[in-house]
Amino acid sequence: MACDEWGEKLDRYLDGELTSAEAATLNAHLRGCAECTAEVLERVQIKRSVQMAGRRYTPSTELRSRITKSVAAKSRSRIGGRWRLVLVPALLVLVAAILLNSYLGRERAARQRVYSELADLHVATLASSTQVDVVSSDRHTVKPWFQGKIPFTFNLPELPGSEFSLVGGRVAYLEQASGAHLIYQIRKHEISVFIFPERESEMRGLSSGLVNAESFNLETWTQHGLRYFVIGDAGAEDIRGLSKLLRGAG
Amino acid sequence: MRVSEDRLNAASFEELALPLFDQLYNLAHWLTQDRAEAEDLVQETYAKALRGFSSFQAGTNFRAWMYRILRNSFLSSRTGLKITVELDEESSESLLMENATPESLLIESANRQMVQQALEELPVGFREILLLCEVEEMSYQEIAETLAVPIGTVMSRLFRARQALRGAIRKREAGGQRGV
Repeated sequence: MACDEWGEKLDRYLDGELTSAEAATLNAHLRGCAECTAEVLERVQIKRSVQMAGRRYTPSTELRSRITKSVAAKSRSRIGGRWRLVLVPALLVLVAAILLNSYLGRERAARQRVYSELADLHVATLASSTQVDVVSSDRHTVKPWFQGKIPFTFNLPELPGSEFSLVGGRVAYLEQASGAHLIYQIRKHEISVFIFPERESEMRGLSSGLVNAESFNLETWTQHGLRYFVIGDAGAEDIRGLSKLLRGAG
Repeated sequence: MRVSEDRLNAASFEELALPLFDQLYNLAHWLTQDRAEAEDLVQETYAKALRGFSSFQAGTNFRAWMYRILRNSFLSSRTGLKITVELDEESSESLLMENATPESLLIESANRQMVQQALEELPVGFREILLLCEVEEMSYQEIAETLAVPIGTVMSRLFRARQALRGAIRKREAGGQRGV
């Protein structure tokens, strides 16, 4: 085969653009053709020298930082813009959820502790042989009895015309605070009414309303700086009814 | 540097384009033969590429795409407009190989500077294709994508560019020998 025919293939050979079959054939030819081999060598040398010579210009650091900054800023604003819409609110929601959850967790734990304690007090008092320290159905007897025993005063409702009757009262302690514990009765059900000063304690922040605590119905609210709890195994209606009377008197 | 769909979605323009910065600048400087112009060209290239990134098609060659932008920017620049005609003249006079024997050329002794000067003397279209092939080590296919010409044109232009370069080197070699 004439070397002229190889000529145009030499560049493609060196550029790695020949098929492996073509390259193999050319290789075989080069082993026997000094002229083509010399030609290949020269072209390789030029190729290399262009490679070397061609890497000539390096950008200034100033241009580099300018380009890098502009590209980074644009990509960030593009991606950032999209993400910020989603990510920031998502993070805020997450943080809020965590805070709320731990807050609610603490709240729930505190509430449960208070309710349990009240339920215990209620049950312990009913089980005790001396349920009350002042035995009287007369609110005018019971209320003065607490004077000097607890650091606050409170009003008790008049009960005529209602099914509730006052059994008596005693001093109770909740969260190291002394308060009034009154026992009412309705259709053989005993209901405890606790009145404590609302302090900076776990009692503060208890939401008002009727709940079921330790299988007792319990209603709580604050009035004039006092925290009222009404707890008993009576029906929710009776608990609500007594609460209403107390609120009316408070 | 084929970019798959997934990769394109995941990758930012930043991480695809910034690694090409040095090479793009090198080519820009070779094309313009002027630092300030080259800087403008590179900056324009990045700005255009960033704007047009959404139109870049996944699965195609990102590097060729970037170089094409650089090249088109160059062609529409003041310096570029002057040489557009020259690039279109694919059938310029054929550069005949001189009959000097390869051995006498002593390419090894051709220092870097001499080759650089020879490259500078070449028509910009030849200079460009040599840089894409030898420095950027692009395949013919990539070069075809970059220059937006058929592969046949790549091969013929590359062939003529190499002939022209060899001619320029020979001329310098001869000049240098005369000078000694």
